Amino acid sequence: MIVAATRSVGETRALAAALAELARPGDLVVLAGDLGAGKTAFVQGYGAELGVTERITSPTFTILSSYQGRLPLHHLDVYRLDQVEEAYDLGLAELLDEGGVTLIEWGDTILPALPTDYLEIRFLLGDHDDDRRLELVGVGARWAARTRALRTALRPWLVDDAQVGEAPTADGGAPC
Amino acid sequence: MNPSPLAGPGTKVLGIETSCDETAAAVVVDAHHVVSSVVSSQVDLHARFGGVVPEIASRAHVELLAPVVAQAMIEAGVDGDVDAVAATVGPGLIGSLLVGVSAAKTLALVWGVPFVGVNHLEAHLYASFLEEPDLPLPVVVLLVSGGHTLLVLMEAHGRYRLLGGTIDDAAGEAFDKVARFLGLGYPGGPAIDRVATQGDPAAIAFPRAIPDEAYDFSFSGLKTAVINHVRKHPEVVTADVAASFQEAVVDVLVTKTLAAAQQHGASGICLAGGVAANSRLRERVLDTCVQHGLHPFLPSPSMCTDNAAMVAAAGWWRLQSDGPTPLDVGASPNLTLTFHP
Repeated sequence: MIVAATRSVGETRALAAALAELARPGDLVVLAGDLGAGKTAFVQGYGAELGVTERITSPTFTILSSYQGRLPLHHLDVYRLDQVEEAYDLGLAELLDEGGVTLIEWGDTILPALPTDYLEIRFLLGDHDDDRRLELVGVGARWAARTRALRTALRPWLVDDAQVGEAPTADGGAPC
Repeated sequence: MNPSPLAGPGTKVLGIETSCDETAAAVVVDAHHVVSSVVSSQVDLHARFGGVVPEIASRAHVELLAPVVAQAMIEAGVDGDVDAVAATVGPGLIGSLLVGVSAAKTLALVWGVPFVGVNHLEAHLYASFLEEPDLPLPVVVLLVSGGHTLLVLMEAHGRYRLLGGTIDDAAGEAFDKVARFLGLGYPGGPAIDRVATQGDPAAIAFPRAIPDEAYDFSFSGLKTAVINHVRKHPEVVTADVAASFQEAVVDVLVTKTLAAAQQHGASGICLAGGVAANSRLRERVLDTCVQHGLHPFLPSPSMCTDNAAMVAAAGWWRLQSDGPTPLDVGASPNLTLTFHP
């Protein structure tokens, strides 16, 4: 697990931009964590780095927004889905096959519907209002090969390895 | 405007809406006389299919569309003798949109009448015209729902200027998320509206976010401020939180909408979208309009939330200005207000 910390929404966006520099066609990023933790802000920073000029807003109600950058960016929010089966109806498989980058807010609630290669980023609230702790876990061969690159990109925000073993401060449970 | 032969007096339009959670159908005559308007969540159709119908899945639209259209036709007392079929072509989820668009094209072909593709956002603007057909333009429209927050200058029929919008969360989304966080249930808008009547809107001074652009909105910070406040003050009265949150949202919406109406010399302010059903927002817009000599256009709540009567009305106007939509025009998931299908 890679652990990073940010102290403002702006820093979360900057961290996201650093990760977007590593983006490859077909990447899937699962964003987990409570309401107000900064998931949409993360996608805004990520999209800006990808060259998306359109405004990126929360897709909680619309479920999916697609943007054109140097790679296509698909931004999903499955907060409102009641059951994993509804995720299949969204045509996720087709989206992922299109060669863009897909970021899914609350994606941890539909893991059975997702491919087995993805980067999970869990957002945890910190001691101060704007503090966030981000825990990144690469799942599958695609991400295992990129651990070093991820660490390098995240260097400004990395938390000392000594603290990595600490218990998370929130569970980021399912929304429903 | 001279009515074209395609949309003259007495023109009956069947409207179909499947862009989001609701499956809806309506028959509207001359863009303002609503003969029938059926919305799936308002009727008990579950019994016919057994069990719970998932609301988001396009499959649900497939199952609900035929009975909803049939009911709208029966209530309107028409049997295929409509003059046009209008359907929402975007924005929305592709699977959901395709259900309504395919059905509308099929019915149009079978009946030998024009098909009209309608922009869902434009349809919301036309909800006001259902009840005020002669509404004087230009008007400023505040379109606030779960998925959208737009401030629009409607200069003429079919001519819009987007003045601003949300830079993060939609207003309705903020209502729903705060309601869920406070344990008030779903849908969150009506729940907060109800609880807020018991609370003090001045109890907590939540931030009024002011983005760089004059007519943009931001509600993500407010949502986080509510969460932070409750975490720090667990003993706080929920009704006070709901009332103070609602007041913060309404304050920003009303202030910016009034400024836009004054700057652009609008005759009045129209509300549209599900949040337009919020009683505090309606009260504040009404007061503000009276105070500043503007006309308030507040569609009844059933026309603010997603429905097909507004689709039929927008379709009537679109038919009059542009004629039928070619049948090879498909669904457009990313449609914006100023782009016509």
